[in-house]
Amino acid sequence: MVAALETIGLQKRFGGLTATDNVSFRLEMGARHALIGPNGAGKTTFINLLTGILPPSAGRILLEGADITRLSPEARVRRGLARTFQINQLFPAMTPLETLGLAVSERLGGGWDWWRVIGTKREIVDEIVEIARRFRLLDVLDERTANLAYGKQRLLEIAAAFACRPRVLLLDEPAAGVPEAERHELLETVATLPRDVSVLLIEHDMDLVFSFADRISVLVNGALFTEGSVQEVSTDPRVQAVYLGESVDE
Amino acid sequence: MAPPALETVAAALTRKGRWKIGEIVFWLVAFASLFFLPERHLLLNEIAIIGLFAVSLDLILGYAGIVSLGHAAFFGVGAYVAGLTAKHLTGEPLAGLLAAAAAATLLGFVTSFLVLRGADLTRLMVTLGVALVLGEIANQASWLTGGADGLQGIALDPILGTFEFDIFGTTAYAYSLTVLFVLFILARLIVVSPFGLSLRSIRDNSLRARAIGIPVHRRLIAIYMIAAAYAGVAGALLAQTTQFVSLDVLAFHRSADVLLVLVIGGVGYLYGGLVGAVVFKLLQDFLSGLTPQYWQFWIGLVLVVLVLAGRERLTEGARGLWTRPRARQGGSPEPVPTTPMRET
Amino acid sequence: MLTILFDGIAYGMLLFVLACGLAVTLGLMNFVNLAHGAFAMAGGYVTAVSMNRYGVPFLATLPLAFAVPALLGLALERTLYVWVYSRSHLDQVLFSIGLVFMAVAAVDYFMGSQQQLIQLPSWLQGRVEILGIQVGLYRSFIIVVCGVLVLGLQLILTRSRFGSRLRAAVDDPRVARGLGINVSAVFAATFAVGSGLAGLGGALGAEILGLDPTFPLKFMIYFLIVVTVGGTTSITGPFLASLLLGIADVAGKYYVPSFGGFVIYTLMIVVLVLRPQGLFARAR
Repeated sequence: MVAALETIGLQKRFGGLTATDNVSFRLEMGARHALIGPNGAGKTTFINLLTGILPPSAGRILLEGADITRLSPEARVRRGLARTFQINQLFPAMTPLETLGLAVSERLGGGWDWWRVIGTKREIVDEIVEIARRFRLLDVLDERTANLAYGKQRLLEIAAAFACRPRVLLLDEPAAGVPEAERHELLETVATLPRDVSVLLIEHDMDLVFSFADRISVLVNGALFTEGSVQEVSTDPRVQAVYLGESVDE
Repeated sequence: MAPPALETVAAALTRKGRWKIGEIVFWLVAFASLFFLPERHLLLNEIAIIGLFAVSLDLILGYAGIVSLGHAAFFGVGAYVAGLTAKHLTGEPLAGLLAAAAAATLLGFVTSFLVLRGADLTRLMVTLGVALVLGEIANQASWLTGGADGLQGIALDPILGTFEFDIFGTTAYAYSLTVLFVLFILARLIVVSPFGLSLRSIRDNSLRARAIGIPVHRRLIAIYMIAAAYAGVAGALLAQTTQFVSLDVLAFHRSADVLLVLVIGGVGYLYGGLVGAVVFKLLQDFLSGLTPQYWQFWIGLVLVVLVLAGRERLTEGARGLWTRPRARQGGSPEPVPTTPMRET
Repeated sequence: MLTILFDGIAYGMLLFVLACGLAVTLGLMNFVNLAHGAFAMAGGYVTAVSMNRYGVPFLATLPLAFAVPALLGLALERTLYVWVYSRSHLDQVLFSIGLVFMAVAAVDYFMGSQQQLIQLPSWLQGRVEILGIQVGLYRSFIIVVCGVLVLGLQLILTRSRFGSRLRAAVDDPRVARGLGINVSAVFAATFAVGSGLAGLGGALGAEILGLDPTFPLKFMIYFLIVVTVGGTTSITGPFLASLLLGIADVAGKYYVPSFGGFVIYTLMIVVLVLRPQGLFARAR
């Protein structure tokens, strides 16, 4: 069966440092897959390789069977691969309405549309409302992003990626920095993502990992240490040893 | 799907596109001055030309975040091409405009690749360098451009076959104003469109823009070319209405002046270029009366004070012309530094 | 041909002395100071005025040509520049352009717009033949003086405590502050020295480059080229870049007179396209 996302022997070297070491990884269709590992294991480098921000030193990346190794980041997004950033990367001066509207209209091919006022296309407006409802942003749609509460910004971060209607969604520590009071909303939203989107989750928060993921991969020093179901990995003594001394709850 | 939510969303989005009272008044006054201030038409013509030039700079600076010290390159090329077209090909003014726009667009396309590489400083350098190279070429190729003496003998046919250029500058002003108006409407459309929104997103956070699937590079090249065309048309208007082109059109101070004009009026809301042009020209008129040769000193002082005092505060009033005060509160349209990603 | 090489080296070293202050300011404070040329102009005028109006011998004016711009730079840095450090590059560009305009107009008003002519002392005039090459005495003088300056700078940078503080501050100002280094004092001192060197360069170069109120604008592009081609992370980068540009410019103007002026610009564009961070900078 074709994997939603697959890497074959993926490598990234920075001079003498090997940040990603021969990683062959499969994300199955409809999966809820978590990637964990101690600090410095190379998780974000891996995501950057997947999304095309960094070129690999060796190896291939396949999205639903198609080779995307040479594609630019924006081309990969158009093929259906979207990500969120660990530190919010949003448009501070724009409103969530504009941000979502932009993502949707880009996807529907309206990016070069210079003669039409935004908001006159019915289907775009419908979709914005739908996404805003799913991500609980309806009440803050018209506020400047910079003025939103951090939890809402984080939701917008995910919503913006979701608005690209990806086939594969990469979530880079979605709960990071979110205050206790706003966590619940975030976790619920992540849990109710539709099953036709395959999700790879990078997280330190083990509660989120256990409640959300079906499978877990462990990355250590840039290489895949082990992989298995939540049950297998969480009881694996070697994994516990790797994390010894690490605080698993942030 | 609750109807209220949909309606408010659609309304909020289209609000930007609607014309505000302030805008309508502005253009009514501008066109009225054709009839009410006959003795100032030459000055008004200059204001219209500088205004168009400044709007073209706003397209790349305010909307795409590209700082250019050499925007005069497109202005100068437009001026020379229009002048040469009139001199050697045809006196039809519109043909000159088209030729100038085409030449400037081509130059914009070619230089866009140079300009879009590298960070702020590199960009400054490259834009400056390109303008200087062109200035040098214009100087050397005096057989074509007239060199330091300038390009002379530009004679134009009456516009649309009926309106002859007169010494009072009325036809000239009407011509420039109409061209400005048409191009401005076009620019306004672009800016409130999805394309314009994508440009703003690139300016705000190009990393995120890419992550939404926006082809950043191609968009920037497109707007750079459009801005170049506008600047070229402004230069052409100058050549046609004054019937003379000097090396001055490519000089550094022209790039610096247009930057000042835009900054005075406010960057990023399109009317800034026009407001700035009015203020700048009136200021220049006034200061030249005080100290004719050294007015550059006062310009420099204005720049320094403007920066030290904080540009946004000064232009808040003028912005109310077009944008909602709420959405623009303290919003600075310069490229926001993107937060670097941590390694995990 | 070797004469051209020699002249090019002299020109290049002069460019370096003029531009190194800008390189350090940019690398240290990430500040785009387009007004740098104004300090060079100031130094040139100090020499010209001292010599022509007060009869001060050439060599004696040189320390003044350093000191006056240095003090001027220090004063301006403490009073005006400090407010603009944290601003965007656009603001910095506007600010420094404003200063240049003011400086140019002021000098034009007080000194007139004509070229300032300097009468070199007789022992510096003329040429001498060494090993079959026509060697200008003044250019040799420049090479010697600039060479000494470069060596001095390199020594200060690598051997002195100030130098190590400076290098730390350039590398990472926050960490440097955390180590107890008074970064603002380092900024001020560096800015002053950079402006002083520019002034000295302006004085030395008056004979070769000419001196009039438009000097800062005419040569601004050259300084910027040195800094962008040479990078801002070392002294050697801009030094090599200056030599390269000096030789290229002199050779270009000699061999291909009608296009000589383009050589520098084309070189700059080519370098920036191929290596946006500069030819000699280490990748940041």
